[in-house]
Amino acid sequence: MIREPLIFVLSEKGKRACLLPVLDVDEKKSVTQGITVRKNIKGFPQVSEVEVVRHFTRLSTTNYCVDEGFYPLGSCTMKYNPKINEKVAGFEGFLVAHPLAPEEMNQGNLEVLKLTEDLLCEITGMDKFSLQPSAGAQGELVGMMMIRACLESRGEQRKVVLIPDSAHGTNPSSAHLCGYKVREIKSNSRGTVDLQDLAAGMSEDVAAFMVTNPNTLGVFESDIKEITRIVHSEGGFVYMDGANMNALIGTSRPGDMDVDVIHLNLHKTFSTPHGGGGPGSGPVGVKEVLAPFLPKPHIEKRGERYYFDYDRPQSIGQVKSFYGNFLVVVRALSYILSLGPEGLKEISEIAVLNANYIRKSLEDIYHLKYNSPTLHECVFSDLFLKDFGVSNLDVAKRLIDYNVHPPTMSFPLIVHGALMVEPTETESKRDLDLFIDAMKKIAIEAEKNPELLKSAPHLTYVRRLNETTAARNPILKWTPESKGKE
Amino acid sequence: MYPEEYRYSKDHEWIKVEGDLGTIGITDFAQKQMGDVVYVEMPDIGTELGHHQTIGVIESVKAVSDIYSPTAGEVVEVNEDLNKSPELVNEDPHGKGWIIKIKIKKSSEVEKMMSYSDYEKFLSGLDE
Repeated sequence: MIREPLIFVLSEKGKRACLLPVLDVDEKKSVTQGITVRKNIKGFPQVSEVEVVRHFTRLSTTNYCVDEGFYPLGSCTMKYNPKINEKVAGFEGFLVAHPLAPEEMNQGNLEVLKLTEDLLCEITGMDKFSLQPSAGAQGELVGMMMIRACLESRGEQRKVVLIPDSAHGTNPSSAHLCGYKVREIKSNSRGTVDLQDLAAGMSEDVAAFMVTNPNTLGVFESDIKEITRIVHSEGGFVYMDGANMNALIGTSRPGDMDVDVIHLNLHKTFSTPHGGGGPGSGPVGVKEVLAPFLPKPHIEKRGERYYFDYDRPQSIGQVKSFYGNFLVVVRALSYILSLGPEGLKEISEIAVLNANYIRKSLEDIYHLKYNSPTLHECVFSDLFLKDFGVSNLDVAKRLIDYNVHPPTMSFPLIVHGALMVEPTETESKRDLDLFIDAMKKIAIEAEKNPELLKSAPHLTYVRRLNETTAARNPILKWTPESKGKE
Repeated sequence: MYPEEYRYSKDHEWIKVEGDLGTIGITDFAQKQMGDVVYVEMPDIGTELGHHQTIGVIESVKAVSDIYSPTAGEVVEVNEDLNKSPELVNEDPHGKGWIIKIKIKKSSEVEKMMSYSDYEKFLSGLDE
């Protein structure tokens, strides 16, 4: 395979992508006056139009995407993005609508927002939603800010947030960014929240407990009602990270588990594009007690008219320009409506079935730390590979040679050398079997020919990259001095 | 392997005591678990640390982990070499890869920590 050079290398002086007509008026020096022209760009590439097009087209073919193959990136729910959603998002009325157009001219689009919020309330059992947050992590932060605002309105200055040791890394980050101290709660031998540790950690200084259900092991927190009771008994709030909602959708509702606030990832559970920048969408849903603190404006309906309500004195304020990523919401609504209630239920059923098919097929070979039943994903450990000098990283790299995207690695931290597999409901049995076969072959290769794994991938555009050097000494910019070293 | 004169914590930090001065780092076991360290975030000099309070953060190619202070004290020095060479934590975790030096508040806290032999026993009992 020929390596595609950097576009700077293709550059030849004088080449250009378009020819401007000859200047037929007096030249004015003031054209660029007041415009900031960056002076520090050195060696700007000079290439023709066809060179630009071919360069980026060739590069695009080296990518791997969900339209191409299996993508079991655990906790990321890399499901197929149905093309009907793209078609609907491309309708002119959605596509060219201006967010600053008068509300009377935008009633249809506002209805889309309100309808989506109402449907998310129904799906999750929460009382109110806001579509403003632009991704999951922002949804988390907004959730924590609302909890803080609510506590402060009661004159309470709680300082601590409790988070299980299996949580997504964004949870402690969000709590920290919101000014809270984070304390870790241990998992028990089943891989779920240790209730004793939670009860011991709970006090009047604790603002919230952040829980992911099912957790990052794919295990349902079956004590969730007891968890919410313990936290509520000390006046704390329960935040649920909705990253794994794909396991529950249509089957059970966080609102019924007495969760106070939740965020969803439309780009996970609701099939909107995920990799490549999405953009994402992280709607946040609350119970009535937190509703006054939702971001403003909030979409409302009075009589037959939809409008943005800015009159929300206790709101934490606006968190995103306009009202979130509108066309992403349109895609999610298209997904919900095209599936209907029965279809949504089937999502979680098949997602759980697929994950358990993989687990059962591989659990005799790949080590499982916890025996608990799992839902939509399962986490294998690389412990059995230790004797061959092979780690989860080598398995992941070798999977690429089998044309499979590697699973999430080394997370959650409570599992040694984790490989977290989430197939989602969109995979056929044939594709699941291809993955299972690849994993079985790799386990044999690890024993017979560990070097094959350690030097993988072999069949890719680039071979194994030195991640350590890339992290320690990142070179983020091409300069004329780097010419010849590419 | 593990220096005899150091004391160890369950979170895999070590402390070396010289008078009321304590040098703190992470153990060889911890660095192996983390993999290649790419960044170490350290506290400001003068920071008052409580027992088991977060000293800073170690970022490796695998994960980001908090480092805890095994005992209370005031930060008097940080290992500036780690800014340029975070790999010292991997290469020499019990020596050049030290992270901070503190003025120890309660020597009784340090005495409660594990000896090298207890720590080795603790490691062998760990269910990875």
